[in-house]
Amino acid sequence: MPYQYRGDIAHADVAFDAWAKTLEELFRDAARATVQVMAENLEGIRRTQTLEVKLTQENEEMLLFDFLNELIFYKDARRLLLLPAELTIIKGESGVELRGTLQGEEIDPARHEMNTDVKAVTMLRYAVEKTDEGWHATVVLDV
Amino acid sequence: MNVPAALKRITDQVWELPVSYKEGMLVPARIFASEKLVREMDAGVFEQVSNVATLPGIQRYAYCMPDGHWGYGFPIGGVAAMDPGTGVISPGGIGFDINCGMRLVLTNLTADQVLPKLHQLVDRLFARIPTGVGCHGFVKLKQDDFRSIVQQGSRWCLKNGFATQEDLDMTEEGGCFSGADASHISDKAVERGYNQLGTLGSGNHYCEIQVVKPENVMDAELAAAFGLTTVPNQVVIMFHCGSRGFGHQVATDYLKLFLSVMGRKYGIKIVDRELACAPFHSPEGQAYFSAMKCAVNMAFANRQVILHRIREVFSDLFHASPDELGLRMVYDVAHNTAKLERHEVNGPRKELLVHRKGSTRAFGPGAAGLPGCYAKTGQPVIIGGSMETGSYLLAGMQSGADAFFTTAHGSGRTMSRHEAKKNFRGDKLQREMEARGIYVRTDSFGGLAEEAGSAYKNIDEVVEATELAGLSKRVARLVPIGNIKG
Repeated sequence: MPYQYRGDIAHADVAFDAWAKTLEELFRDAARATVQVMAENLEGIRRTQTLEVKLTQENEEMLLFDFLNELIFYKDARRLLLLPAELTIIKGESGVELRGTLQGEEIDPARHEMNTDVKAVTMLRYAVEKTDEGWHATVVLDV
Repeated sequence: MNVPAALKRITDQVWELPVSYKEGMLVPARIFASEKLVREMDAGVFEQVSNVATLPGIQRYAYCMPDGHWGYGFPIGGVAAMDPGTGVISPGGIGFDINCGMRLVLTNLTADQVLPKLHQLVDRLFARIPTGVGCHGFVKLKQDDFRSIVQQGSRWCLKNGFATQEDLDMTEEGGCFSGADASHISDKAVERGYNQLGTLGSGNHYCEIQVVKPENVMDAELAAAFGLTTVPNQVVIMFHCGSRGFGHQVATDYLKLFLSVMGRKYGIKIVDRELACAPFHSPEGQAYFSAMKCAVNMAFANRQVILHRIREVFSDLFHASPDELGLRMVYDVAHNTAKLERHEVNGPRKELLVHRKGSTRAFGPGAAGLPGCYAKTGQPVIIGGSMETGSYLLAGMQSGADAFFTTAHGSGRTMSRHEAKKNFRGDKLQREMEARGIYVRTDSFGGLAEEAGSAYKNIDEVVEATELAGLSKRVARLVPIGNIKG
C-alpha cells in the first residue's frame, strides 16, 4: 500500500503514512495522498497542463515539505490540481535537489469529487526516514 | 481514557497538570472543562498543552478551553500569554489559518418570513459566495491592491463601498490590526491569496442562516442588548472563515524561517517542531508579528466583503434595502491570533503577547477596546457549533481575567475526519438534515460527511462549562435552518 490515512493523530486535520522503495516514489505517493484529501477522484484529473518544478533543500525531509507545499500553492494561486509526472531527486554536497514536472488541470467540482481544502503541511509528527525496505513518511496536513 | 494520573482537579471546571508533569514546563497547564468533557478529551490535548507550558516567557498557565482537542503545536482551544520582553512568538500558537473567525449578523426578518424563500436564499448565497477547494473570490484585484488591503483590513472595505462605519465599529480592533507591514510578506503569499478575497474556503467554514427561538434565549437582557430579540423567531446569519491561502502561506513561510533560526541563532529548544518560535523582540519575531497582522487584516476584509454580498442577496430576494432588513452586525471576532494586551499577572497590569489558537477573546464589561454599546454587556462571543446542532452567542465576563479574558471557539471535534468519512455519507446526511429542517448546499459531499454533528462534542456542554468556569455567559442558542459549505 503506497499510502494510508490515519485516524489516530490530530482529529481536526488529516494524517497519512506513505511507504516506497525509492525517494521519488515516496514523493509521488505523498503528493497523491495530499491531493486526494482535496479531490477524491485522482484518475479524473486530466493532464492538460505541465509545470516544471525545481527545489533544493538541506535534507529529504524539508524537500518533501517544500514539494507538498508547491502543490498546495498552485491549488490556491491557479486553481490547479497537480500530480507529479516525472521526478528526479539527487543528493549532492550542498543538499538534496528535486527536478521534475507536475501535470494536471483546473479544479472541476463536477469531475473531481471535491473533498476538503488543504491549508498547509504541519510539523506535527512530521517525518521522512530511510528504512530497510526504502523510505517512509508521516505527514499531518492542516485542513 | 486518556486523562493523565497527574491531572489535579482544582475546581469543578478547572484541571491542572503541575510543572512536574513534563520536563521543561515553566508553568502548570490548566484545562477548563467539566469532568465529562475532560474525560472525553483526546491524549493530544494533555501532551500539547503541557508542551506549550515549556515555551520561553510563558506567564501564569498554559490554558486549554472546554472545546479543546488535538491540534498541531498548541492544542485547538489553546491560550498562552508571553512576556514580550523575555518570551517568544510561535505560529503554532496561532494556526495556519490566521484570524479564522466568526461574524454574526442580525436581520429583522422572522423565520415565518424566511422559510418560504429558504431554498432560494441558500441557493443564491451558494451561487454568489465562492466556496470550496481553491475557490477564487468575487473581488478582482491587482497584487498591489492586495498589498494595501492586508495593511488596511476592513478600512479598505469602507473606502471601497463594501462596509459601513458601523461594521468596522462592530469588528474586533475595528477590522484592522495596526502595524501590518506588507514588506514582511512574501511574493508567494501574495500570489497565493490575492485572488481569494470574498471566499469562504472549505472544511469547517460555512455561512449559516439561523433562528433565535424564544425558548433558546438564556439571558433576555443581554440578548436584547445584542439586538437578538427584536422580533420573535428572529433570523440571523453566522459565518466562519479566515485569511485563506494568503494566511496559510504567511504561516508556512515563518514556520520555516523560525525552524532555521530558533536553535542556531537563539539557542531555543522545543519539544515539538510545530512549536517553532523566535524571541518576540528578535527581527524574525517582529517580522512574523507584522506579517501575521497582514493576514489578520486580510481575514477581516474577507469577512467584510462576504457580508456585503450577503446584504446584496437578501436585498434582491426580499425587495428591501439592507437597512430596511436590519442587516446589522452583532460582532466579528477572531479565534486564531496573537495580540499585545494588558493583563494582571501577580499584581499590576502589564503588557503580554496573548496567543489564542481556536480560542476567542472574551472581554468583560467595561474593558477598553469594546464599542460603547457593549461597555455594560461585555464583548459578544460567537461560538460556531456543528452544522447539525446549532451555535451560541455568549458574552465576556469580568471573572474571565484568570484566562486573559478568553473562552472557547466552537464545539470541538471528537472524531477524526478520516473516521467521520467512513461513518457518514454526505449525500445521505444532506437529505436527513433537510428532513429535519436544515437546507444545506455544498460542492463536496466528502467534506459534508466530515462535518457531521456526531463528529463533534456536545456544544451545550461546552458552553455550559465556559459559563461555570466564569469565562463567558450564555446569551442565546442559535438553531440552523440553512447552510452553505465549501
